[in-house]
Amino acid sequence: MTTGDRTAAAAFDVEKVRDDFPILKQQVNGHPLVYLDNGATSQKPQSVIDAIVRYYTTTNANVHRGVHTLSQQATDGYEGARAKIRRFINAGDDREIIFTRNTTEGINLVAHSYARQHVGPGDDIIVSNMEHHSNIVPWQIVCEEKGANLRVVPIDDTGELLMDEYEKMLSPRTKLVSITHVSNALGTILPAAQIVSMAHAYGAPVLLDGAQAVPHMPVDMQELDCDFYAFSGHKLFGPTGIGILYGKSDLLEAMPPFMGGGDMIKSVTFEKTIYNDLPYKFEAGTPDIAGAIALGAAVDYVNNLGFDQITAHEEELLRYGTQALTSIAGVKLIGTAPHKAGILSFTMDNAHPHDIGTILDEQGIAIRTGHHCAQPVMLRFQIPATARASLAFYNTKEDIDALVKGIDRVLEVFG
Amino acid sequence: MPQQPEVPLDGLYGDLVMDHYRHPHNRALISEADIEAEEFNPFCGDRAALQIKLDGQGKVCNVSARSEGCSIIQAATSMLSDMLPGKSLCELTAIAERFRASMYNGTGDDTEGLGDLLALQVVRRYPVRIKCALLPLVALEEGIKAYHSKAG
Repeated sequence: MTTGDRTAAAAFDVEKVRDDFPILKQQVNGHPLVYLDNGATSQKPQSVIDAIVRYYTTTNANVHRGVHTLSQQATDGYEGARAKIRRFINAGDDREIIFTRNTTEGINLVAHSYARQHVGPGDDIIVSNMEHHSNIVPWQIVCEEKGANLRVVPIDDTGELLMDEYEKMLSPRTKLVSITHVSNALGTILPAAQIVSMAHAYGAPVLLDGAQAVPHMPVDMQELDCDFYAFSGHKLFGPTGIGILYGKSDLLEAMPPFMGGGDMIKSVTFEKTIYNDLPYKFEAGTPDIAGAIALGAAVDYVNNLGFDQITAHEEELLRYGTQALTSIAGVKLIGTAPHKAGILSFTMDNAHPHDIGTILDEQGIAIRTGHHCAQPVMLRFQIPATARASLAFYNTKEDIDALVKGIDRVLEVFG
Repeated sequence: MPQQPEVPLDGLYGDLVMDHYRHPHNRALISEADIEAEEFNPFCGDRAALQIKLDGQGKVCNVSARSEGCSIIQAATSMLSDMLPGKSLCELTAIAERFRASMYNGTGDDTEGLGDLLALQVVRRYPVRIKCALLPLVALEEGIKAYHSKAG
């Protein structure tokens, strides 16, 4: 597991870490960049950028095809990245690690290749009230097609899942539970292992949307015992266009392919095509080889820092930021669950989040504004949108101070 | 990346924009509108809705304009609603075209019928916000289009 190098744990030097991220050195609108939009995408360390450049400079070739040297090196790099990611999430087998484009594709793969085969009329798929649209819409499509019901576990005013309601919702009709591990709009960390075991009591498999979890905390497939786990590389300090779907091998083996094409077959004739083994059955076509290798480099980088340090630093920042924002009159935090990761979502009495975002941008501060692809969350809190500052381990208390100063400027304009 | 001028926010959030934002005009709903249109920005959930009533000569005699969202959408919706009364649909289409062109290319000398909407020229310095300013305009255009297709 990725608990990090304990000898280094005492010496987390955020300034040294920031030196690894070239983008953080630049000025935006005449101010040093204060990047607080990590929930949307994270910045990349030099080692990840170098991995991409190195791959295209020295290795580029297609994987699983040629006998020539570069193709073998590319294949080794690609498969080596898969093994790194398997260790990173403590999956049992490299065959359970499928490269996708992103979390959304992973969820859609499960919707297509699992849910469509197992969900029938009158069955239930359960999601929560704090899902990203990508963990709602694929299930709506399946439910509409199959005459099944999408059930939604409600949340309380702090943004915690109502576990009693979840318990009541589970039944033999439950064919799949698909719930976020960490809420992108609220920051809530959900009790994922408990959610999984409760569903398993009814024989229902569970998909966890880990997009907002993997950058902030160690995730362990054996501890969680979830059946599927999806996340994106670009929120984990890797490049865009590469993501991971973990699936238990027995489930994946029984599932039909998601897409047809090269790489996912053993043999093709017009009479009969034999599908390839895991994980290749789900990786049709030439994959994002450079992206996979660079994601491996990102995982190396995170492992090298260690989650002991990352979590401690981010928890301190979150505490500092929560206190700073709650002490400003006219600012309201949305999402105040006791267990949160890296998200400060807020509204202001007199200023719409877009106006907040523009005024902060003038000062070089990047945040996300809008509904965060989680409109049901906005509806739950009766707000059109929020301003969201989202943290990574390279953020500092000075970043939070800049945010507070920026909010003061919003108050000057909008009162 | 392109540098923007230092703290020009007094420009973006100038008196006229803030007046319309804080006290939007023509918000009362009207019954039996001839033209009704509502546009959403799917990326932010913002909304602009227009209702227009025409008189016997086909000119706008009553307008309702409501919006939810940022100051720019709300100000633009209010400003646009002020420009509609007394105009024919042809004239409205011309104003709409002029307004859209002005948001992308500047006004030149052709500012007829734009009124307070000219204050939104400052939004051109914030390209990502231009779509906010144009949302009520899209509602107007779609409303007129639907009215013509209904009228056959």
